[in-house]
Amino acid sequence: MCADCGCSITDSHEHHHHHDDERLENVHSNPQLNDKKTVDVIKKILDKNDHEASHNREHFNKHNIMAINLMSSPGAGKTTLLENLASIADFKFAVIEGDLETSKDAQRLEEKGIQAYQIQTGSACHLDAFMVHKALHHIDMDKIDVCFVENVGNLVCPASYDVGTHLNIVLVSIPEGEDKIAKYPVMFRQADLILFTKTDLLPYFNYDIETEKQIARKIKPNVDILEVNINDIESIQKVASWIKFKQQMRG
Amino acid sequence: MHEYSIVQSLLDQCEETARNNNATKVTKVVVKIGVMSGVEPDLLQIAFDTFKEGTMCEECEYIQQIQPIVISCHKCNTKSTLEKNEYCCPKCQSVELDVIDGEDLLLMQLELE
Repeated sequence: MCADCGCSITDSHEHHHHHDDERLENVHSNPQLNDKKTVDVIKKILDKNDHEASHNREHFNKHNIMAINLMSSPGAGKTTLLENLASIADFKFAVIEGDLETSKDAQRLEEKGIQAYQIQTGSACHLDAFMVHKALHHIDMDKIDVCFVENVGNLVCPASYDVGTHLNIVLVSIPEGEDKIAKYPVMFRQADLILFTKTDLLPYFNYDIETEKQIARKIKPNVDILEVNINDIESIQKVASWIKFKQQMRG
Repeated sequence: MHEYSIVQSLLDQCEETARNNNATKVTKVVVKIGVMSGVEPDLLQIAFDTFKEGTMCEECEYIQQIQPIVISCHKCNTKSTLEKNEYCCPKCQSVELDVIDGEDLLLMQLELE
């Protein structure tokens, strides 16, 4: 039993919570000269977050749930995509919502019959594995096949934090203008699927979508790419099919 | 801003390592910042200098190494350092590669007292 949260994953979780993963190599100490010693650590600074993320992934795996981190700048269409998926997807899903303020997004999803839990971060510009872990305890994991984590609208900080999902979907919308992929390479490097959204607006903007796709493939070769427009139900269907395919490929 | 939360994690790691080595003070910290880690080195340094007060790192020297992307190509079996954010082997143009370095944020070494 996890001492911190009482959740049921035992052995490996206790291992992560109480294990001091210190690698003390090459300890030099010379008490005759001075009291200083150099310790090689070579550890990721976000190590504790990563351990918690692994724990979250174990929870999802235990319930055969595929978890997806949904990221983009504010207003690119994350919540709208989820609302539209609810109408046509043949898999059941829940959403862990992240915003600085308000429960508006969770409310929108609940109105569509989707189980949603809102995390209000206050001033934190991203979700981390600890916030998602707390949210997991409010999701009925037995009723779903897929869990989305809708991250805070931000193309910068969420890219640095593993929240414990299996896949990352990054949205970029036509009205945001060109060069977003080149300007935010760390985010697009994390993507398993890039969704170009609001593509029905292409005639109204100078947006060379094929060049943007080429830039994306330079940063993340072989990344999957889809164009989405909520007025074209087939484009939403393709997103649902991609998710279903990925779920089936998990074995 | 997330540099603050990263500095908190860094300071926690420094104090934990110091305690595990029966030290009371950290005199030097060396971090390696990958160019694709998502962290801005100057901001991290400013955040560190701001939040180290009142901790074991209060008087420590802060050294940062900026780490470019290093890839290992499966096709031509060579390691290369990338000059641009284009993930293909500069020698043979293959995209079949592993990233060896440059995407993480690491605490490398501490000097303790």
